[in-house]
Amino acid sequence: MSEVIVITSGKGGVGKTTTSANIGTGLAMLGMRVALIDTDIGLRNLDVVMGLENRIVYNLVDVVEGNCRMKQALIRDKRYPNLYLLPSAQTRDKSAVNPEQMIKLTEDLKDDFDYILLDCPAGIEQGFRNAIAGADRALVVTTPEVSAIRDADRIIGLLEAKDMGQVQLIVNRVRTDMVRRGDMMSVDDVMDILAIPLLGAIPDDESIVVSTNQGEPLAGTDTPSGQAYLDICKRLLGEDIPITVPEGGKGFISRITGFLKRA
Amino acid sequence: MYRSRRVFGNRSGEIARKRLKLLLVADKTNCSPEFLEMIKDDIFSVVSKYLEIDRGDVEVGLTRTASCKGSDYFPALYASIPIDGRLIRGHFNAVI
Repeated sequence: MSEVIVITSGKGGVGKTTTSANIGTGLAMLGMRVALIDTDIGLRNLDVVMGLENRIVYNLVDVVEGNCRMKQALIRDKRYPNLYLLPSAQTRDKSAVNPEQMIKLTEDLKDDFDYILLDCPAGIEQGFRNAIAGADRALVVTTPEVSAIRDADRIIGLLEAKDMGQVQLIVNRVRTDMVRRGDMMSVDDVMDILAIPLLGAIPDDESIVVSTNQGEPLAGTDTPSGQAYLDICKRLLGEDIPITVPEGGKGFISRITGFLKRA
Repeated sequence: MYRSRRVFGNRSGEIARKRLKLLLVADKTNCSPEFLEMIKDDIFSVVSKYLEIDRGDVEVGLTRTASCKGSDYFPALYASIPIDGRLIRGHFNAVI
């Protein structure tokens, strides 16, 4: 049975696209058939994070308008043959698609994929309504900042009003060193305020920048965030993995000291 | 997990947490802290016509209250207005 998951946040720049790319890659790594859909019409980015920007011929709007078949628009990932991207259109805007068309689009993909991941645009307008229309489940990404959490709270309210099945939280860019000295809200604080179940926490990690520069998601690699993303994917598949916040540190030493401080 | 240290007063993480809590209630009820201040002033001026109360003791805030029907919660305004200068023994609870 396939599942449609929307990755959303309200506020822009908190890591929705990075999270979508990495969860998609992680699930594909674990053997799932995954379709990643960029629903940010007019401001597409998921193609760049996936490193597939040069292979785009058709896009989501072409599929919806019937200019091409779904199979022509789906781009196969460079590394995983079971991972596909449906890119968004760059020269159109959010009004090019409506929620009913998005429901049909996700329905059509259910035959061929185990997971359909929708990368939602920022904001609460039509782009958001389109993205959540066909979703069974939502992952709300936030960072431990007042503005991002405020927007996440608003988004959670809207998702609940739409009767979204499961709504779970991912706290991104956590800096355990700052949390320890009291200058950043902890993952517990964020959970306490937003009052939804936590799916995972991602450390603020330099490797993310490197991975985005290269266009290769790092889920599953030997980096703090790569492991955190893979853990999230395993939890999605039903594995019971305790949630820890790894040090986002630069290497071996900081990881060891982090471990000792936690122990 | 990690709690902020309070040895040197409020750290910025704690400040953020407090600001957020107030902000979210204000967002959800459409009732800003400024607005609560105004309600407090008005309540004080009305009640002080009848009873001796101290402006500094009056507390007005937002909380959530269970609905009559069951598990749903609704925002509710509460006001705590201690009456001046009287020590009272025993419990009492009078509502109109």
